[in-house]
Amino acid sequence: MEEFLTDQLKTQEYFLNMGPQHPATHGVLRLLLKLDGEIIRNVDMDLGFIHRSIEKMCERNTYKQIIHLTDRLDYLSSHMNNEAVCLLVEKALNIEVSDRIKVIRTMMDELTRISSHVLWWGVMGMDIGALTTFMYGFREREMINDIFEETCGARLTMNYNVIGGLRYDLHENFVKRVKEFIKHFKKKLPEYDKLLTNNVIFRKRIEGVGYISEKDAVAYGLNGPTARGSGISCDIRKIHPYSAYDRVDFEEAIFTEGDSYARYKVRIQEMWQSLSILEQLVDKIPEGEYRVKTKAVIKLPEGDYLQRVEAARGDFGIFVKSTGQKFPYRVKFRSPGFANLTALNKMTQGLKIADLVAVLSTIDIVVPDIDR
Amino acid sequence: MTNTEIKNKIEKIFEGLVFSGEESDFLRIEANKDKIRDLMQKLKDDGELSFDYLFSLTGVDFGEELGVIYHLESVKTRKLIQITVKTERENAEIDTIHDIFPAAYFNEIEAHEFFGIKFKNHPDLKHLFLPEDWDKGYPMRKDYTDINMLIR
Repeated sequence: MEEFLTDQLKTQEYFLNMGPQHPATHGVLRLLLKLDGEIIRNVDMDLGFIHRSIEKMCERNTYKQIIHLTDRLDYLSSHMNNEAVCLLVEKALNIEVSDRIKVIRTMMDELTRISSHVLWWGVMGMDIGALTTFMYGFREREMINDIFEETCGARLTMNYNVIGGLRYDLHENFVKRVKEFIKHFKKKLPEYDKLLTNNVIFRKRIEGVGYISEKDAVAYGLNGPTARGSGISCDIRKIHPYSAYDRVDFEEAIFTEGDSYARYKVRIQEMWQSLSILEQLVDKIPEGEYRVKTKAVIKLPEGDYLQRVEAARGDFGIFVKSTGQKFPYRVKFRSPGFANLTALNKMTQGLKIADLVAVLSTIDIVVPDIDR
Repeated sequence: MTNTEIKNKIEKIFEGLVFSGEESDFLRIEANKDKIRDLMQKLKDDGELSFDYLFSLTGVDFGEELGVIYHLESVKTRKLIQITVKTERENAEIDTIHDIFPAAYFNEIEAHEFFGIKFKNHPDLKHLFLPEDWDKGYPMRKDYTDINMLIR
């Protein structure tokens, strides 16, 4: 029988569409798979299902109006994206912001990072088939959203940063709520490990799957937790510290295995580090102004500007080319997800379709960030 | 390594570049489009500079000309440089660098479909973001108009 199968039956490569309406692609992403049986030979992608041309829109908006457009890129790191625009303009115009603003921005960043990673953790488990994680993840996320709602007035697209500071001062409950959250989350993170990190079934699904070497990771431009899973030190918070990151003590989470499990562990480790940053800052929010007065119409001097921040998905960069007008001449959003997604083909060579879902989930893509 | 040191090192391995922005946070270089592949290869291979990470590739409409702005970073030294390459508006064409930096592959497709810059020897300049049958020009160029555009 065995001989008959190998001699007589011929297999041929075929083509399969995955998405754009597929739960595992985390949005409207279409993957074009070339398969041999169930083995992946090539993954190509088709994007643009929610392309809004935000870069072009920015060319017709003032710098103050651009901020709220960046919320709509990676909506899970909206605070970092807002901050990138503000930092860019503040640096270009030499606006010095108070320590209070810096500390609050840093705390908001870390809360956003935790809420993004918690969502990722829930969805990651669900992609693999562990439905409980989604409920657990959202329970913690809800607490952070409540904190945001009180201070920023919104739960998802906060739009809290403005050029020269913050839109509102902190809500009086902020410190109390953050302390409650730290206490709560410290008890819950070890539970995450018990439920998923050390789960045999889960580990067998992702250990050794989706390997990418350090050399390839650099070549494909990987960044953020995805690159740190391959042993590259690339945390912008460490390399070019902004806001209050130069005065807090934290470790960059790096694992060298390069597989999906390493990328998973990086994000779990990052949540611990974010908690530690929050703990260091929560009692030390300085008094002071929450906003510096700026001109009504902001014009950047002619030139090229680049600002990078560490968003939840990686190295988010804004490049602005200004001709001295109130509108930027050209704005480019360097999206972390787009760079990470380009390496998907490399990571999934020779794997099965079910593994593709696991790998895609550890890259942690957000499609609006990729489409822009 | 300061920007001036980087500039001196690059001048040693490659001729005919225009430098600016030594005092700012990153060095800006203007290069000739015919030699871009050679320049990229040398910047990547040089042991001390080792600009091995393509941070971003941006298509730009300069008005009279089109162009591409590359941001290269060194993973070792974490220094960043900006390289600008210009090309004529009609039949805009620049050599691809996707075999030197695989990260450029999809970025070049993006620059092609929004600005109409052709990347010579790129294997597949398909439509990535726009619909497959798109034939209304290049939306990110400054002279592009569309009846659906609300703000002009």
